[in-house]
Amino acid sequence: MSLFRMLSKACLAVALVSIAAVAPAKAQSATEIQLSYKDKKFDPAEISAPANTPIVIKLKNLDSKAMEFESKTLKVEKVVAGSSDATINVRAQKPGRYEFFDEYNEKVARGALVVK
Amino acid sequence: MIAALIIVFREVFEAGLIVGIVLAVTRTVPHRNQWIAGGVLAGVLAACVVAAFAGALSNLFAGMGQEIFNAGILALAVVMLTWHNVWMARHGAELAGELRAAGKAVAEGSKSLLALAIVVGVAVLREGSEVVLFLYGVVATGNDTGWSVAFGGFAGLVLGVLVCMLTYFGLLKIPTRALFTTTTILIALLAAGMAAQAAAFLEKANWLTALDNVVWDSGWLLSDSSLLGKALHTLIGYTDQPTAMQLLVYVAILLITFVLMRLYGAPAKRGAPAPAE
Repeated sequence: MSLFRMLSKACLAVALVSIAAVAPAKAQSATEIQLSYKDKKFDPAEISAPANTPIVIKLKNLDSKAMEFESKTLKVEKVVAGSSDATINVRAQKPGRYEFFDEYNEKVARGALVVK
Repeated sequence: MIAALIIVFREVFEAGLIVGIVLAVTRTVPHRNQWIAGGVLAGVLAACVVAAFAGALSNLFAGMGQEIFNAGILALAVVMLTWHNVWMARHGAELAGELRAAGKAVAEGSKSLLALAIVVGVAVLREGSEVVLFLYGVVATGNDTGWSVAFGGFAGLVLGVLVCMLTYFGLLKIPTRALFTTTTILIALLAAGMAAQAAAFLEKANWLTALDNVVWDSGWLLSDSSLLGKALHTLIGYTDQPTAMQLLVYVAILLITFVLMRLYGAPAKRGAPAPAE
């Protein structure tokens, strides 16, 4: 029974820590990048950001159809409705080239984020 | 056509796995087919609604509506899965035994079925809305490739159903005695994985910033966007770059399930050996 009690206490502690952490928090000085999408093309096709700081991509979908912004390496997947804007939060990254694409038009609609 | 097949299959794959598991879990429960089918249907309808209001949903919570919505429905599925496991720990024996036909067991059984139908609905809803948006986009274009894409999408859907059936019949191959333990563990891992995924969505929305350091990167070994990685992602919550918070949430859900099953599990059955120990 003492094992159960210990486990229950551990769970309660974990739950409390999680709840405390869920409180909304502001991102620390993120790099903001503007990106637009039209006729299955990203503009600009290559964007860059400094390493080790959070990145915020402001994406404008100028097409009338929905698209899905996706990057496997950045762990991002976001549906953007036709003719609307979206905000995509990307956590701080190590230097490198990170490809992204529109999942609905993966072959043609591609771009990359270069982190320096 | 192939592109459409791949996109649709990728989206329905996860739902297929989950529905297969739920079907195996509920194999002895009366009227389970109606409930599961109802869950799938409700999921499809909800997916259409979500797709129709994708823009409005996105704009909620300062542009983080999608992330919060995903985290919310995942959390709902976690609660339902955990509740099912705890409920089964108490009533599983009656349900599988002679009492199955008794009115009470049926009534009780439908509570558990409701929980699992919600899980199925959520799984279909999450991936389904993306399929709806994709197919709608293609059809709205109105050129003659529309039919070819629709056919590809349909083929992808059939493959998803195949995944569901393979999962179901694969699990049924397990002897009945071991099946209960197996599905209990599967469901606990499924719930823990979904909870970690919900944490990831909250991290993307910047609602959860504590412990957001990446603990390891096993992408070189098994990328979570490969087919095997994706299957493991759904089944046990595998991700190649987990944050400390995701790991914490994962372990917490497993612990909570274990403790609740112990506390509320069948009290008079101490005689039976517990294989989990």
